[in-house]
Amino acid sequence: MKTFPRGGIHPPSNKLSAGEPIKVLPLPASAVIPLSQHLGAPAVAQVAKGDKVVVGQLIASAGGFVSANVHSPVSGTVTAVEPVANGSGVKVMSVVIAVEGDEWLPTIDRSPNLVTDCRLEPSEIVAKIAEAGIVGMGGATFPTQVKLSPPPGKKAEVLIINGVECEPYLTSDHRIMLEHTSQVIVGVGLIARALGVEKTYIGVENNKPDAIEQLRKVVAEMVRALPHHIEVVPLKVRYPQGGEKQLIAAITGRAVPSMGLPIDVGCVVQNVGTALAVYEAVQKNKPLIERVVTLTGKDIPAPSNFLTRIGTPVSDLIKAAGGLPVDTQKVIGGGPMMGRAMSNIDAPVTKGTSGILVVGPKEASRCAETACIKCGKCVTVCPMALEPYLLSRLTQKQLWSEAEAGAIFDCIECGSCAYTCPARVPLLDWIRLGKTEVNKIIRTRLSC
Amino acid sequence: MANKLIISQSPHVFTPRGTTSIMGDVLIALLPALAVSVWVFGWQVLAVTVVSVACCVVFEWLIQRYLIKGPATIGNLSAVVTGVLLAFNLPSSIPLWLVILGSFVAIAIGKMTFGGLGKNPFNPALVGRVFLLIAYPVQMTSFPPVDGMTGATPLALAKEALKGGCSVSDVMAQLNMNDLLLGLKSGSFGEVAALALILGGLYLLARKVITWHIPVAVLGTMAAFSAILWFVAPDTYLSPAVHLLTGGAMLGAIFMATDYSTSPMSRRGGLIFGAGIGLITIIIRVWGAYPEGMSFAILIMNALVPLINRIKFGRATR
Repeated sequence: MKTFPRGGIHPPSNKLSAGEPIKVLPLPASAVIPLSQHLGAPAVAQVAKGDKVVVGQLIASAGGFVSANVHSPVSGTVTAVEPVANGSGVKVMSVVIAVEGDEWLPTIDRSPNLVTDCRLEPSEIVAKIAEAGIVGMGGATFPTQVKLSPPPGKKAEVLIINGVECEPYLTSDHRIMLEHTSQVIVGVGLIARALGVEKTYIGVENNKPDAIEQLRKVVAEMVRALPHHIEVVPLKVRYPQGGEKQLIAAITGRAVPSMGLPIDVGCVVQNVGTALAVYEAVQKNKPLIERVVTLTGKDIPAPSNFLTRIGTPVSDLIKAAGGLPVDTQKVIGGGPMMGRAMSNIDAPVTKGTSGILVVGPKEASRCAETACIKCGKCVTVCPMALEPYLLSRLTQKQLWSEAEAGAIFDCIECGSCAYTCPARVPLLDWIRLGKTEVNKIIRTRLSC
Repeated sequence: MANKLIISQSPHVFTPRGTTSIMGDVLIALLPALAVSVWVFGWQVLAVTVVSVACCVVFEWLIQRYLIKGPATIGNLSAVVTGVLLAFNLPSSIPLWLVILGSFVAIAIGKMTFGGLGKNPFNPALVGRVFLLIAYPVQMTSFPPVDGMTGATPLALAKEALKGGCSVSDVMAQLNMNDLLLGLKSGSFGEVAALALILGGLYLLARKVITWHIPVAVLGTMAAFSAILWFVAPDTYLSPAVHLLTGGAMLGAIFMATDYSTSPMSRRGGLIFGAGIGLITIIIRVWGAYPEGMSFAILIMNALVPLINRIKFGRATR
């Protein structure tokens, strides 16, 4: 079975909500929609306090080439356009809407009918994706239309759809692949058409045999309607199999160069959730206003997968899953390996929220750091062939040129080193710090 | 509630395997060999082991408390491991005051003077053993007789016999391979039971405490090098099987060379390191003054580890 060439770990998968069908979460009383839910420039608000909005209406437009439109996920009245605390407690410019009813833009096709036919030109597909404000939904939130517009001189040959979901606990992509298979496959076809690639692979970790089987079945059924060949590739269960560079290496054997992009080796990677959003945008005129979010945790009464409007407070999801356990000590936006600990659970679900993990006292705190025993396990597990123990020491000593020589900028922050360290050295904390410094130095040098 | 949430950077989950758990596994892996030693040499083995472990733990605690003035480190069990490994490298008949002295050298000079676990460049147990071997050669090479055989180790026996003009076949006639495998031979008490040591090594592999790289490189190089010599001149050189089953080959390759602090950080580095140990061991055994060379070989390669760690393998090469 295919896998990435080096390193990796096997954290307990804890996919508690894997068997839970996607449920529609009730509308919130009030929605907070940040204008920067994507990588790149924040969107520019197009509404003001007092405006009436409906579902799907543009409320903020892309603020640059690398940026994304934002649409209203609810209908109601704009009560404020002001900075509101996000999950980390940082105030970010947001549109606040008091929800009234659920009125949608009439142009949006809300019927369950599958629309497979598409006569749009590639550039028209990309334009529709840009208009719908779609971003990478695996969590990276890179504006999708930018990824689908390779820079001059670069050509995409292979499209890879990321259905790996290697983060423990998270199951939203798994449920999407099971429940919206046809839509995903049509979306994949649209992305492939926009890129003009001949070959598409859908990579799925082998702990989801039902999704692999379902995808293969639907691909076989739709083979005539598809513009090109789609192959479903089971991948070995190994974290971080879903890392972009790891996935490309696992499926194509190509190595993305240091500091390079997938397009440098002719690859474009998109998440299955993104493929679903592309289908809905292009075939149903539905902008990105809702997404599937896994709400999970060992002490959560009912771990679930919710179809959630963007802007819904995280606390609403927790209530819907049975409420916050009394001894909760940590709430993580995303999975346990790469997610971000939240300080504010009233913060809204955004385009990049794939899951919320609620953690009790047993796992919330780190163990005390002890002396490095030089076991070398961090070196063995690093999927980027770095030397985490060395990079962390170089950062502590502020030896930036040595850290650069050790390719610290190649770190994908997967956390395998810190996970595996028996001495509990916070390796990734140090490496992140060093990476930021080294990247600053490199940028300064390039600009001179 | 919300104001009491813990904030930390990712990752948020960690392996349950900490340093103490790993050291505990090393101790478990040493048990079969300890049992065989007791069977072969008697209860004196336990006395030496207990004294060695107790002294190593006490010396580490005292130095950490009163000289380094840091939090206690004996809870990580690494001093216990050093104590057992030092004991395994001693004859069972050794006077106990020498065990105390060896433990002091191992812990104080071999480990704590560099700052403790993870910072010592040389294997502490071997520092203790080699100190005793050089300072007290008589006590360190007087082994109690096993099963009617003389107290000399097979390698010492072979070295003497070859010097005295005997051929290898005469020496081989005195050696029973099954006895070598099971541990019915003279030597430092922890090194004799090849089979039990291999069993412990398999446990360490299964528990992912060690990888195959260092042991296989050590034993493979020893086997290959001695096989070449044996093939060229079978009457002058011992067979690879004898080399692998005698002396500290198994104990050294599986338990001493794989010591984390004193071996390279990468697996490929481990292959170079292990090959060096195998090579030096055979060179000392065949052409050196000592019948056994494993301890010296490991210490020499320990000294090269910082250089081996400078070799960049894989993508980080630039």
